Amino acid sequence: MQVPLMSECFAKGEEPEILFWVGCSGSFDQRAQRITRAFVLILQHIGIRYAILGNEEMCTGDPARRAGNEFLFQMMAYQNIRLLNNYHIRRIVTACPHCFNILKNEYPELGGNYEVIHHSVFLQQLLHEGRIRLKESGSFKGKKIVYHDSCYLGRANGIYEAPRKVLEALDAELIEMKRCRSKGLCCGAGGAQMFKEEEKGTTRINFERTREALDTGAGIVASACPFCNTMLTDGVKHEEKEDQVKVMDIAELIAADLADLSVPGIL
Amino acid sequence: MLQQIAFILLAGTAVLLFSLHARRIRKNILMGRDEDYSENAGRRWRNLLLLALGQKKMFRNPLVALLHLFIYAGFIIINIEVLEISLDGLLGTHRLFAGPLGQLYKGLINGFEFLALAVLFACVVFLFRRNILKIRRFFSHDLDGWPRSDANYILIAEILLMILFLTFNASDTLLQGRNYGRYASNLTGNFAFSQWLHPLLKGFSSKQLADLERTCWWLHIAGIFAFLNYLPYSKHLHILLAFPNAYFTRLLPEGKMRNMKSVQQEVVYAMQPEHAPAGASPPVKFGARDVFDLSWRNLLDAYSCTECGRCTAACPANITGKKLSPRKIMMDTRDRMEEVGKNVRRNKIFKPDGKQLLYDYISEEELRACTSCNACVEECPVSISPLEIIFELRRSLIMEESKAPQEWNAMFSNVENNFAPWKFSPDERDAWKNA
Repeated sequence: MQVPLMSECFAKGEEPEILFWVGCSGSFDQRAQRITRAFVLILQHIGIRYAILGNEEMCTGDPARRAGNEFLFQMMAYQNIRLLNNYHIRRIVTACPHCFNILKNEYPELGGNYEVIHHSVFLQQLLHEGRIRLKESGSFKGKKIVYHDSCYLGRANGIYEAPRKVLEALDAELIEMKRCRSKGLCCGAGGAQMFKEEEKGTTRINFERTREALDTGAGIVASACPFCNTMLTDGVKHEEKEDQVKVMDIAELIAADLADLSVPGIL
Repeated sequence: MLQQIAFILLAGTAVLLFSLHARRIRKNILMGRDEDYSENAGRRWRNLLLLALGQKKMFRNPLVALLHLFIYAGFIIINIEVLEISLDGLLGTHRLFAGPLGQLYKGLINGFEFLALAVLFACVVFLFRRNILKIRRFFSHDLDGWPRSDANYILIAEILLMILFLTFNASDTLLQGRNYGRYASNLTGNFAFSQWLHPLLKGFSSKQLADLERTCWWLHIAGIFAFLNYLPYSKHLHILLAFPNAYFTRLLPEGKMRNMKSVQQEVVYAMQPEHAPAGASPPVKFGARDVFDLSWRNLLDAYSCTECGRCTAACPANITGKKLSPRKIMMDTRDRMEEVGKNVRRNKIFKPDGKQLLYDYISEEELRACTSCNACVEECPVSISPLEIIFELRRSLIMEESKAPQEWNAMFSNVENNFAPWKFSPDERDAWKNA
């Protein structure tokens, strides 16, 4: 797919309306790349002027900071902020709650001040404004979808309703786990856990959470975070339910139901 | 007169002892690093009203919240009665407020008696929940030993205090009916609930009843003074510190981590040496190893914790059998702070005792298990953040000792060299376009 690069826009003197911050997971993880492409499809669908940083983008430093490596975090933040400020970036949208949290809450005091929007809020606004046109009878109509709250979106930033509003637009039957919203159980990836083995315990956190999601009987587990997606996908595989239950990002669900697309092969 | 002198001695000793305790607690908290929590007083007062006075977060679990509200309302409102009791004790009067308040007085005492009964009921239910029902957060090993006894002592003490209160009211009103001694001077009539005790007390002679009334009255007020001085040794300190702790609630989004200004500057100077002031010395210490390295806010948290375990019950690591328990983090911090406080009092300055919060109280394994999901922070009814302490200790592990699991070291080096936590070439960052 054709995706505009910020460096090219800048060279041409163009100012995109938003910068799409892809994040490391969305860039490199094969599963999360599908989320990235789905989100780009939506950006193309609404015809917004956007750009990505391409290989100028760097890790925000989130896993380093949460693990305790403040030096590495500060180095990453310094470089990213310089880049973003050089491009005069004002609005950033990202599909990763960890990138979202750090860009929104932790970069400002280091000199990086931007309007940072998570894609769940962005999609909700687009749907609300009628800028996203969905198919008449969508593929998820009446289907059971259970939403898993990402910690860095929910508790960390109080965003509980936006992703649910997005799912409601699909005309699906939205169901909840007992531990939802501010009581949502973590998928097990946060705080740099994604990058190491779990400590000794009775079970893995993602297994515990996946079982709770599967118990609802939903055919789709929706998430709004690439890390949650990975953890829950692994959990579903562990339960050998990958044929019956799909873990999907809200952007993938919306992209699959876009009015001007037959089932997009690109996803 | 003798009773007045005894009362003044008792009250004076209790208040003096407590103020000494309070000073120690204040000193211990101020061992922590300075941190600014002065901004936004308006929102802070609101939080104090909502979270401490209004117990907003308790109502995440409505039934327990209601029972807790009984005890809490009992505590706050019965204090009006304690005021009368204290004045009676000081002035040698009996039911000082009865005359001036007239009919209102009876209504008030009836209200207090209702609360006393509600407190009694709630405490019995809580004892049952703690000791008979297998509620995980109460059966956890975090509470083995003193913490579990402490919780039970408090509930039993409250039950006893309420029984004493109802008994001296019942004796008093019975004696009024018999027109006995000074009880006849303030005719209040029977009170709504204590009159139920009359059948039990009717058989006693008036002299015996008067002795009973005095004994219960004295035990009740002495019990309250004793309880006041028990607080500093107990998790029950939360009845006082919940208020400042709610006032100093962190107002930033839960996801925001404390910035390390010193490291930020180090990095800026490294990247732009021209900005580095001459003779700038690098930071001396990174993160927290002991209670001095935590902020006073963390230490206030530790004293405010009532070990209810809502944090631990919500912790994904703990739920899945890992060692981490956010409640234990707070209990450890308080225990270590008490120990360091004693050390400082004994030796004027802190004399190294070969121990520290990290390792000797909180292990690496516990710290490693945290997913930073903020469930513990969200659950705490009195705005404690175990997560902040976990993060500070993690910083020390990594930056002071380079102690990280191998996978984390690999992740660090990937972030540093490939600008992503995985080992991919940065040139591949937008390869997702090409699928």
